[in-house]
Amino acid sequence: MTAIEISNVEKRYKSLQALGGVSLSIEEGEFFGLLGPNGAGKTTLISIIAGLIRADSGTVKIHGHEVTGDFRAARKKLGVVPQELVFDPFFTVRETLRLQSGYFGLPNNDKWIDEVMHNLDLTNKADTNMRALSGGMKRRVLVAQALVHKPPVIVLDEPTAGVDVELRQTLWKFISRLNREGHTVVLTTHYLEEAQAMCKRVAMLKSGKVVALDTMSALIRRISGSQLIVHMTQGDLPEDMRHLVTHPESAETGRKYSLRINDYAEVEQILARLRAAGVVIDEMQLQQADLEDIFLQIMDKGAL
Amino acid sequence: MIGSTGFRTLVYKETLRFYKVATQTVAAPILTAMLYLLIFGHVLEGRVTVYPGVSYTAFLIPGLVMMSVLQNAFANSSSSLIQSKITGNLVFVLLTPLSHWEIFSAYTIAAMVRGITVGAGVFIVTAWFAHMSFEWPLWIAVFALLGAAILGTMGLIAGIWAEKFDQLAAFQNFLIMPLTFLSGVFYSIHSLPPFWLTVSHLNPFFYMIDGFRYGFFGQSDINPWTSLAIVSAFLVVLALLAIRLLRSGYRLRH
Repeated sequence: MTAIEISNVEKRYKSLQALGGVSLSIEEGEFFGLLGPNGAGKTTLISIIAGLIRADSGTVKIHGHEVTGDFRAARKKLGVVPQELVFDPFFTVRETLRLQSGYFGLPNNDKWIDEVMHNLDLTNKADTNMRALSGGMKRRVLVAQALVHKPPVIVLDEPTAGVDVELRQTLWKFISRLNREGHTVVLTTHYLEEAQAMCKRVAMLKSGKVVALDTMSALIRRISGSQLIVHMTQGDLPEDMRHLVTHPESAETGRKYSLRINDYAEVEQILARLRAAGVVIDEMQLQQADLEDIFLQIMDKGAL
Repeated sequence: MIGSTGFRTLVYKETLRFYKVATQTVAAPILTAMLYLLIFGHVLEGRVTVYPGVSYTAFLIPGLVMMSVLQNAFANSSSSLIQSKITGNLVFVLLTPLSHWEIFSAYTIAAMVRGITVGAGVFIVTAWFAHMSFEWPLWIAVFALLGAAILGTMGLIAGIWAEKFDQLAAFQNFLIMPLTFLSGVFYSIHSLPPFWLTVSHLNPFFYMIDGFRYGFFGQSDINPWTSLAIVSAFLVVLALLAIRLLRSGYRLRH
């Protein structure tokens, strides 16, 4: 079943095209990453999914429920952790969670509220007023609020922005567990290593458009696999090896090349061919391609 | 049980919100009303007679009660909304399955609870200063509830419209305050010159206070049924406007 179905969503703010025809389909149980630089339209898209912003055109469905026409059913299926650190200063943590639960029609939900607080290390802050919490603790409450009605789809907009390592680990452990239990998770983050570790599939947004959409492993494969960086003191790269160069524009002729390799066995073959061509290497490095390489390449070129 | 769990939760939250700062939201306006009574009652008692057999202080008390009901009902919904908008925590309500109708009703009912609570408090502390009668208690209840609902709805509209605190303050100071003070809280409009008498008839707040007073004394400037019709119509118009704003997402869901 499709958890989130986004079809041709457009949003314009005066002269700024925030989203220009975004279409995406996220399946139930996926751990999906939504990546892009600041201003790419990630938060606008999430806000449209959450019903906080109305799209100019296009449709968004959550578990088959359209987010404006059938908003009650759609919102019951969705838990959103907003990017901004917002809180209601009038209430304690427990009151905040009970109220949020009540809005979703669950008045006697203390068992689950206790479990969520336990998993986010909030139990000893249950009766503390929201004003008295640190930024990290407030972030935990935001996550707890999004989970209080056990939504099958969880959207986290930069949940780890400006929080310490401990919270990140606590958060990812809990979110991973929920994902294993069948919850669909959609994540935006600036921490690409986090996205690489957590997400099975990603979409990259640039200027309101999807410029890449694939599984994490396929994206990494598509760019280059790993790279062997060689620094030469003598000789030059043979012509028949030039197709292996991953960044021709940054290669220093006769000095330094980044060569694509698909598995480590190829290292020996490349070195043998270079030796045979009279090349002397004074330094070499093996580098694993990562999401950051892909991200930078896509953002530079606009698409893979 | 009335309404959905979500709706009842929002009513509870909006009520709990003002209860937690009751010194500011309940005790302070009661004290203010009492000061009005002490000063105006002292200065004007014996000099002004509005209705035969009714002292000025007795005349003033229902006016002050109703003024407190109206001002506090407005303050509750408007301040809650603007604070939630500016601090961003309104998102917790906007993300829920609550419908525009439920949001409207919950904010208005909580505003009515605060208005009526303060009004009752004002009555309890001021009623000692004059001999009060209760000719038609049902009219008292009807006009108190309608007035609170109207101002709660106006507060909701103002909270939706305002994007800054000073815009809300302008709404309050340039619209709500003049309409309240010029509605006959402190005087009977029949003591006014013909021009201002006519102007007062255009003020919907006048009908709320006049009808409310009728419940106490069985005497009023206007037939209470006329007041009831005008006040009810005013509430319907405002409620339709507020629901329309909520449904369209005006300044809430951009």
